[in-house]
Amino acid sequence: MSTVDARSGPTRPPGRGRRERLLGELRLWRPLDLLGLAAAWFVGLLLCAIAAALVLYMGYRGVQYLSLDLLISRPEPSPDQSQSGGILDPILGTLLIIAIGTVIAVPIAVGAALWIVEYGRPRWLARVVESAIEVIAGAPSIAIAIFGLAFFQMDFMAWASFAADGGGGVFGRSFIAAGSVMSLIALPSIFAATREALQSVPGHVREASYALGKTRWATIRRVLLPTVRPDIATGTALGMGRIAGDTAIIVLLLGATLQLQSGSDVPGLGVLQGTGSTLTSYVYNNSPSGEGNAPEKAYAAAFVLMVLIVGLNLLVAWIGRRRAGSELPR
Amino acid sequence: MEYPPPVRRIEPERAPNVVDPATRGPIPEPIRRAVSELGRERLRIDEVSIHYEGGARPAVNAVTLPVRQGEVLALIGPSGCGKTTLLRSLNRLVELTPGARREGRILLDGESVDELETTRLRRRVSMVFQQPNPFPMSIFDNVAYAIREQALRRPGKAALAPRVESALRRAGLWDEVADDLDRPALRLSGGQQQRLCIARALAVEPDVLLMDEPCSALDPISTQVIEDLIHELRDGLAIVIVTHNLAQARRVGDHVAFMYLGDLVEYGPAAEVFDRPRADRTREYVQGAFG
Repeated sequence: MSTVDARSGPTRPPGRGRRERLLGELRLWRPLDLLGLAAAWFVGLLLCAIAAALVLYMGYRGVQYLSLDLLISRPEPSPDQSQSGGILDPILGTLLIIAIGTVIAVPIAVGAALWIVEYGRPRWLARVVESAIEVIAGAPSIAIAIFGLAFFQMDFMAWASFAADGGGGVFGRSFIAAGSVMSLIALPSIFAATREALQSVPGHVREASYALGKTRWATIRRVLLPTVRPDIATGTALGMGRIAGDTAIIVLLLGATLQLQSGSDVPGLGVLQGTGSTLTSYVYNNSPSGEGNAPEKAYAAAFVLMVLIVGLNLLVAWIGRRRAGSELPR
Repeated sequence: MEYPPPVRRIEPERAPNVVDPATRGPIPEPIRRAVSELGRERLRIDEVSIHYEGGARPAVNAVTLPVRQGEVLALIGPSGCGKTTLLRSLNRLVELTPGARREGRILLDGESVDELETTRLRRRVSMVFQQPNPFPMSIFDNVAYAIREQALRRPGKAALAPRVESALRRAGLWDEVADDLDRPALRLSGGQQQRLCIARALAVEPDVLLMDEPCSALDPISTQVIEDLIHELRDGLAIVIVTHNLAQARRVGDHVAFMYLGDLVEYGPAAEVFDRPRADRTREYVQGAFG
C-alpha cells in the first residue's frame, strides 16, 4: 500500500498533501485546544503587527524629518520650529552618557560576577550582593534618579557638578551625576550575562588550569575572562541600550538643558561637570506634550534613538552568532 | 640486571628505592636513563585515606602504592571505587573539593607533596582529564599558557615557540597542526583536542603524568592513537592512568592496581593481575562478573 502512495505522491501539487494532513489532524483536536491555538496565533501576529507598526511609523516619520543638517547642527531655544536647530547636542549627550555609564558599570558588574561565581564566600554576603543587584534591576529608574539627585546634591559631591555662586547649594546635575547613576541601569544585565557565562564554564576547564600549576587569579585572567568575553560584550550592549533609552534619570540628573553647558572652565572635565540633554530628554521636551513643541524634530530624534538601540541589539545578535562553533565542551 | 617485580597485595611490602631521596641531586643523563630503566620510585602513596564530608566511609582507604619512573600504573575498579579521587590527590587537586580531607603521606621523590607549593607541585605532577578541555584560545596559546610563568614580563611568542613545538611533537599532534597554530583549539576534533591537552600537560616537563580516563570520551581510532602515545611517553616519565576499560588497562599498564570501595585489593604486574589474580574480588572483576 505504502508503495502505491509513494508513487502517486509526486503527481499531487507539492505541499497540498501536508496541509490536508494538518487540517485532518486539527479536526481531531478538542475545541478548547483549538481555541488556545487560535489565541496563540492571534497574540503572536498582534505582537508582530505592533512591532512592525512601530518601526514603520517611526521610520516613516523619522526619514521624513531627518536631514544631515539636523544631525550636525546644535539645538537652539526657539518656539519656532524652523529656528530651533538640530539634534547634535542630544546625540553627543547620549553617547557621552552611554560611555560614562558603561565605563563605571562594566568593571563593577564583571568583578561582582567573578566574585560570586569564583569565590562566593562568605555565602551570606554573596546572597546579599545578588539580591541587591536584583533590587537595582527591579527599581523604577525614577526612584533611582531621585535617590541619585539627593546624593549628588550633598556638599561633598560638589566636584561632580557645580555649586551656585555665593556659597549656595550644590546643583547636583551633570554628566558625571547622570552617567554614574546610569551605570546602575546597565549593571544588572552585564552582571547577569557574566554570571551565567561563568557558571556555564565546566569545572574541569578551571581544574585543567589549576592542574598546570596556575593560580586562581591567573585562571580567571587568562582562561575565564577570555571565555566569557562575548557574554560580557552581549550584556554590555544590552546595558548600553537600556542607558540610551532611559529618560527619568536624564530629566532629573542631567539638567536637560538643550545644549551641552560646561560646569567649569577646566577643559574636558568642565563638560562632564556640566549639563546637557540626550535624545530621550530631547524627544520628551519636544513631543507634542512637552514645552518645546517641535514634534517633527522629536520624531526625527526618536528615530535616531531607535536606530541606535536596534543597532545595539543587532550587535548583540552578531556577537552571539560569531561565537557559535567556538563553544566550550559542556 | 633483574629487578624484582613488585607483586603486592593489600599489605604490600615496601619496594626498595634505587636512589636514596636524601642524596638526590642532578643526576647525569646516562645514569638517569639507567636508573629509569630500573624503575626508580618517583611517587610514593603511603597509607593515604581520603574522606568526603558526609560520606559514610572513606572514598580512599589506607592505600599504599609506588609509582615508578618509566612505567604506567593503571588504576582500575568499578565506578565509585575511589580511583579518580586517589589520582586527584596526587597533585592535590582533591583539595579544591569542599569538604575533602586527606590522611597519609604522598611523597614526590621523597619529599612530601604537602610541603611543595601547589603551583610547583602541579607542574611536576601534571594531569590530563576525562573530557578534552582545551582552553578557548589558539592551539599555540593553549600550550604556551602552560609554559608561561607568572611574571610581569611575559616571554614572547618567538621565545616559546621551540618548547611549544617540542610539546606538540611529543603528543604526536605537531604534523597535524603545524601549518596553522593560530587556529582556535576548539575547532580540533575530539581526539586532537585530547592530544593537545596531553601536549599542554607535557609542556611543563612533568615528572609524573596523571591521566583520568583520557580516552573515555573518544572514538576507537583516537583511543588507539592515545594508547600508542602513552607507550612512547612512558620512557621519560611516570604515568598513572585511571581507566574503567579493562582491555585498555591491560594494553597500556605495566602495573595494575585494582581498587574496590576505597580499598586497594590487588597490585601487581598487569599480566599477573589479569591472568592470575590472587584475590577473589579481582578475579570476579577482571572476568566481568561485576563492574
